[in-house]
Amino acid sequence: MRDAVADAAIAGGLPVASLIAGNKSPADVTRDVCRALDAKPSGLWWLGLGLSGSALLLGVVAVSYQMATGIGTWGLNSTVGWAFDITNFVFWIGIGHAGTLISAILFLLRQRWRTSVNRAAEAMTLFAVMCAGLFPLIHMGRPWLAFWMLPYPNTRGSLWINFRSPLIWDFFAISTYFTISAVFWYIGLLPDLATIRDRMRASHETDRNARGTDAHDNTTYDNTAYDNTAYVVSGFSRTRMRIFDWLSLGWNGSYRTWHRYEVVYLLLAALATPLVLSVHSIVSMDFATALVPGWHTTIFPPYFVAGAIFSGMAMVLTLMLVARKTMRIEDYITARHVDAMCRLVILTSGIVGLAYATELFTAFYSGNQYEQSAFVNRVVGPLAWGYWVMVGCNVLVPQLFWFAGVRRSFLMVFIISLFINVGMWFERFIIIVSSLERGFLPSSWASYSPTSIEIATLIGSFGLFFTCFLLFCRFVPVIAMAEIKAVLGKAR
Amino acid sequence: MSRRVIIGVFEREEDLLHATAAARDEGLDIVDVFSPYVVHGLDRAMGLRPSRLPWVCFLLGLLGATGILLFQFWTTSVGWPINVGGKPWNSLPAFIPATFEMMVLLGGVGTVVAFIWSAGLRPWHNRSRPALADLGVTDDRFALAIGETGVAFDHARVRALLSRFRPASIEDRAEEEVA
Repeated sequence: MRDAVADAAIAGGLPVASLIAGNKSPADVTRDVCRALDAKPSGLWWLGLGLSGSALLLGVVAVSYQMATGIGTWGLNSTVGWAFDITNFVFWIGIGHAGTLISAILFLLRQRWRTSVNRAAEAMTLFAVMCAGLFPLIHMGRPWLAFWMLPYPNTRGSLWINFRSPLIWDFFAISTYFTISAVFWYIGLLPDLATIRDRMRASHETDRNARGTDAHDNTTYDNTAYDNTAYVVSGFSRTRMRIFDWLSLGWNGSYRTWHRYEVVYLLLAALATPLVLSVHSIVSMDFATALVPGWHTTIFPPYFVAGAIFSGMAMVLTLMLVARKTMRIEDYITARHVDAMCRLVILTSGIVGLAYATELFTAFYSGNQYEQSAFVNRVVGPLAWGYWVMVGCNVLVPQLFWFAGVRRSFLMVFIISLFINVGMWFERFIIIVSSLERGFLPSSWASYSPTSIEIATLIGSFGLFFTCFLLFCRFVPVIAMAEIKAVLGKAR
Repeated sequence: MSRRVIIGVFEREEDLLHATAAARDEGLDIVDVFSPYVVHGLDRAMGLRPSRLPWVCFLLGLLGATGILLFQFWTTSVGWPINVGGKPWNSLPAFIPATFEMMVLLGGVGTVVAFIWSAGLRPWHNRSRPALADLGVTDDRFALAIGETGVAFDHARVRALLSRFRPASIEDRAEEEVA
């Protein structure tokens, strides 16, 4: 019902007051957001954790087996030397990009609606980059030697890393991206950690006082079982309080700190904006700097960045629509937020569609027979079904978002977002495998199909992602309270 | 002897803003202001100078970029030059990605470390500094702390000044509890 308020706002001039439904006060925000942290997790949460934990376990088993046996357990051959693994890597890195778009780029563009989703979207970025980073590590075959990518003085010469290699650029880009995202997220979290700490301290004191009176009042309470449970609960909450004590760094709401905090937040946003563009540009150069037909094009960096934000926005929609229902934050993530994200999806879908068309045209116009045959193979070759899944999910289905009715139906938005997730995974798979399987020499053409180990590893990465996200929903405020309160202030 | 502070607690950010501006006009010593979120315009009301953190960010970013750029030149053309596909020793365009990333990494992380250090945020301060948590400044209240400084300080007049801005309460505390 409250969504009707936001619906009216979409039709009207989008006043700031409509950002949060239900005319909240700052104290309401604290209460609503912390409720999820105080309450016992729901059955649905446990079910989700069980499923994602099992998927993660499956992935751990698959990767352990692969490490013990070797990457011969994968379906790769000497023609298709890159397939599932790098597809998953590019897919997950792309997912992460929407989080930084929301936290940094929309911050610089002063889009106030971002405050409801930025915390969760940034968490999504962190977990997606974690999943992405695992794949190159696994692909090394000997992940314990991963530190060889660092340029450190060594006993082999010193033999330095090859700074001209896009794979080394990738190493620098991904590690910087993860570090900056983590730091940005933590800085944004600081004031909220202090809020939780102070809430816990207050309720702890109330608890202690209450127990104190019980102890004196022997006549009414002489129940040891009650005392024991109270002790266990307070023991757990004391540990939790100590953790929040440390993590909040003694934040006390001082404006001298806030004053610096704002500057730091702005600087990090200004640094993260070009960073996020650089990361997927560099990922695209893993392909574009090779001579393989279908990879060797200058359109790759903008094409990959747009695709990344597109897929990430879809994943944000998927997660947010689930979170708003299960975490009871419907008042904070309203029809207006979903509408804004759908608009971003349709914009980036358009860019991605344009890139598909440009690729085909460039291949045709180049007059280069290798380039032309690579694209003919992509559209009608053995993996044509994958190509059309990609076009259908990424270009055709999102066109439904032009209809306001579709953008307002959360079920429709959810289903479309799932289609886009699938489509964007296929985009990477098609770019990588269809280009490799038909190279310059027809005698070395081959086909590729994934093994059970590769599929289990992909499922495992989803397990890791959702396990982390569910734990995040349980232990960290999903909504940036301090930022929401600042936006409320404008409305009242 | 420890100094005392008078704290006005407010429920609305406009009241806090006006009270802070009025206290500054009166020439009172504003020890600090506490709020659950960033109140825009409060830095002007308090008369805070712009932060120097952008300089830290700029210099560390510059250091990161030049450091890694020189390092790349040194490793590829001096330390152990290796011919990779006939590419020149000085492959400047290929050195740009790592240079950019190190600029962002050092600039970003360095700024955050400088922020934590300069703002005096220390995890172990929690126990010795209970802050003004009991007043709800990390929840929904705003507090203006004025120090009792100088012979001209008139306790009653400051209380009267704060009362003009609809405070929820006015309290006296020792300065250690605040700063």
